[in-house]
Amino acid sequence: MQMGHAQCLIRGGSASLWFLLMSLTLFAQGKTPSTLAPASTPAHQIFDLSVFVVAITGGIFLVVGGLLAVALYRFRAKKTDPLGEPPQIYGSTQIELAWTVIPVLIVVVLFLATARIIFAIQDAPKPKTALDVTVIGHQFWWEFRYPKYGVVTANELHIPVSSDAAPAATFLKLASADVNHSFWIPQLAGKTDLIANHVNTMWMDPQKLGLYLGQCAQFCGSQHAMMLLRVYVDTPEQFDTWIKNQQLPALEDSAVEAGRMVFEKQACMNCHTVSGTVATGHFGPDLTHLMSRATLASGAIDNTPANLRQWIKSPDTFKRGALMPAMQLTDEQLDQVTAYLDTLK
Amino acid sequence: MSVYSLPVSQIDPSTSASERGTFLERLHGWVVTVDHKRLGILYILYSTFFLLVAGAEALIIRVQLANPYNHVLSAQVYNRFFTMHGTTMVFLVGMPFLFGFANFIVPLQIGARDMAFPRLNAFSFWLMAFGGFLLYYSFLGGAGLYGVGNAPDVGWFAYAPLTERSFSPGHATDYWALALIVSGFGTLGTAINIVATIISMRCKGMTLMRMPLFTWLLLIVSMLTLVTITPLTAAQFMLLIDRYLGGHFFDTQAGGSSLIWIHFFWIFGHPEVYVLVLPAFAIANEIIPVFCRKAIFGYPAMVAASICIMFVSVSVWAHHMFTVGMTSVSNAFFTLSTMLVGVPTGIKIFNWIATLWGGRIRFTTPMLFCIGFLFQFLLAGLTGIMLSVSPWDWQLHNSYFVIAHFHYVLVGAVVFCIFAGIYYWYPKATGRLMNETLGKWHFCLFTIGFHITFDTMHFLGLLGMPRSIYTYQPDRGWNSLNLIVSVGGLIQGVAVLIFAYNFIVSYWRGEVAGDDPWDAWTLEWTISSPPPVYNFEEEPEVHSRRPLWDLKHPGDPDWEYES
Repeated sequence: MQMGHAQCLIRGGSASLWFLLMSLTLFAQGKTPSTLAPASTPAHQIFDLSVFVVAITGGIFLVVGGLLAVALYRFRAKKTDPLGEPPQIYGSTQIELAWTVIPVLIVVVLFLATARIIFAIQDAPKPKTALDVTVIGHQFWWEFRYPKYGVVTANELHIPVSSDAAPAATFLKLASADVNHSFWIPQLAGKTDLIANHVNTMWMDPQKLGLYLGQCAQFCGSQHAMMLLRVYVDTPEQFDTWIKNQQLPALEDSAVEAGRMVFEKQACMNCHTVSGTVATGHFGPDLTHLMSRATLASGAIDNTPANLRQWIKSPDTFKRGALMPAMQLTDEQLDQVTAYLDTLK
Repeated sequence: MSVYSLPVSQIDPSTSASERGTFLERLHGWVVTVDHKRLGILYILYSTFFLLVAGAEALIIRVQLANPYNHVLSAQVYNRFFTMHGTTMVFLVGMPFLFGFANFIVPLQIGARDMAFPRLNAFSFWLMAFGGFLLYYSFLGGAGLYGVGNAPDVGWFAYAPLTERSFSPGHATDYWALALIVSGFGTLGTAINIVATIISMRCKGMTLMRMPLFTWLLLIVSMLTLVTITPLTAAQFMLLIDRYLGGHFFDTQAGGSSLIWIHFFWIFGHPEVYVLVLPAFAIANEIIPVFCRKAIFGYPAMVAASICIMFVSVSVWAHHMFTVGMTSVSNAFFTLSTMLVGVPTGIKIFNWIATLWGGRIRFTTPMLFCIGFLFQFLLAGLTGIMLSVSPWDWQLHNSYFVIAHFHYVLVGAVVFCIFAGIYYWYPKATGRLMNETLGKWHFCLFTIGFHITFDTMHFLGLLGMPRSIYTYQPDRGWNSLNLIVSVGGLIQGVAVLIFAYNFIVSYWRGEVAGDDPWDAWTLEWTISSPPPVYNFEEEPEVHSRRPLWDLKHPGDPDWEYES
């Protein structure tokens, strides 16, 4: 996006502070979902604004904290003090007026800088080319729907990268199936809550490829901590390939017929959908392309056959309080259903 | 000592042990007491007890979070612990501490013999006390202590619809709602009582503008309490109606609104912050002038700023709601109103610095805690400005940055001032001083632990760690910072144990204080320590804001300068 003149000034003026903040990103190695390493326009705008605010508040801290320190040192009680009390001063209208007016002026400056960014982010017009995704929060996982493509997936969001040549913003519609949640990928945008009975929106236009981590930021029950989020920012080609695969119905493989029968005869299909089969449940994540995801249980564990088998056998092992019940399957049934799910690429 | 015969209780604390009767008689005397000083002490003991309980909860929370994937607590037990920690600290520690100080000191400072409604006063205390016990009884209910009973696990702000019966079956949430209703009524009773006392029971010559600032601020806080506790209590009733009488206020599955709860809660919740922090200012307003030997700078401005804070504080609640999807105009409005709180608060900080300027500062334990308060409150105010910047709040909201910010306010300012107040008025209440050496150890360790813990938390928030999580993934880069936070917590725990030891032992072994150990200036220091039941033998008469200064400096009294 176009960088305004004022923003340039802000950036230049606080370059040293920016450097200081960036040194914090030393902590932010690898997968840290750091707010200090923005990779999308809203996150960038917030970061730039925060540098400006830190510069002003830092200045205030130095001045006021310095005065306080000087006062404490200079006016400590000394043995050489004359007897009796120090001169009593009751106030001074001029000075008090000064330290009322100056903060008011600072507030005005801060407010104007802030208001500009509020409107820039919140009221940004939606481009015609924007990708729409509906996010639905569940206790304790995420459902993602791509209405234009007819795709439903869970926990791992794929969106295309945005560049100056081919801008590609993603607009999210946020809703909740049960209690309140909050969608937060610090590197891409600020958080927005998913409120039951109240639809919210937010947007992002990631400019760097890669995997971005985040998690639910509004306490939503026992496994709130394991309601993790993964956002894959793909090249347009990768994204097309991914979405085409997601649009396909589930692979049919007669070698795992037994597992499929377990899935459809037990209660699994009451909650899970596998498109192209009789399983059309909606309470749990869509499993049509389960194997295209890197994690299980909303990011709690890696998607390996052993983890999957244990997860089906006893979800409490990894995520006690998750709403998926342990179905009391026999070892044979577990092997069969794991083998079946393993084919859902 | 007293030659006056007044209708007072037979149990005079100044008499010797044998005259005070058996243990049971004395205990009975405390239970049935309507004496504002005894009730004040009961409030303080009650909240000190819960401070230790909630502190222990915090330490267990920090042990759980010291390493990723720790298994000290299960998810549900962790959720119960942070809910109880927050609820306890706000309702059973912060509020009773402030009412304890108000009860004990306000009548003494205005030269009154008791509160306006002594029986209401006792009734309010016991309501609040039993509200607290009701909340903690939930630990014993259900599966009992091993599974930590039916303690509530919905977070201290308990966002509906998580609290509805479909998501919180059982009685945990009921304990939470009922306990807060009960203690809330106690709070309202005390607030009314304080307002009535200050308005109608000031001694001769004490005009409003001659009241000590402590009393002024408690008047403001009590009025604010009346405005804030009411919506909370109403919301709790609505929640119970939802849960048991088929109401749908917050039942989103039947068309109710989660946002209504959120609004109600924060219309209570934000002014509540000022209800807790204004008494901290009040304590600092008494202690700072005494220990730098100067009159408070700009008394009228301090009063005006406090009143201003009271009014502005009821217009800022939605800054807790920048992420719920308000319109950009609402976000801008609440950004502005929140930033404006910084102006009167800034005036206060400047006036305190000006009070220090030109003084002769004595670094006693109460003063040290006030100095800690000044630095920490300055920082807390500035991080508050950062959070008021709503776009930045979209990042920081519900992250550890917010946890750090409000602990800077509630511990760095409120708890520091509570400690300062205890060290300052302990001699008045018991007749003995607390040990200075232990007090300085307490201050140093607590300050170091505080900064290790809460300074670090800011960075965790910037690095994307959300609050209310019982564990975290080892690959997020939060491991070492979390360990540091936990170590700081343990240091604070040690410091509080030193305080508790000092608090208890000084009652018997402390140096005898005399009437006026600090060479102070307000009316409570004119009478014996501990004060007689009737407080003042005859109604005092004041001519200025510092009656004892006038007494000590008859050649240069304050009233010649006060406007």
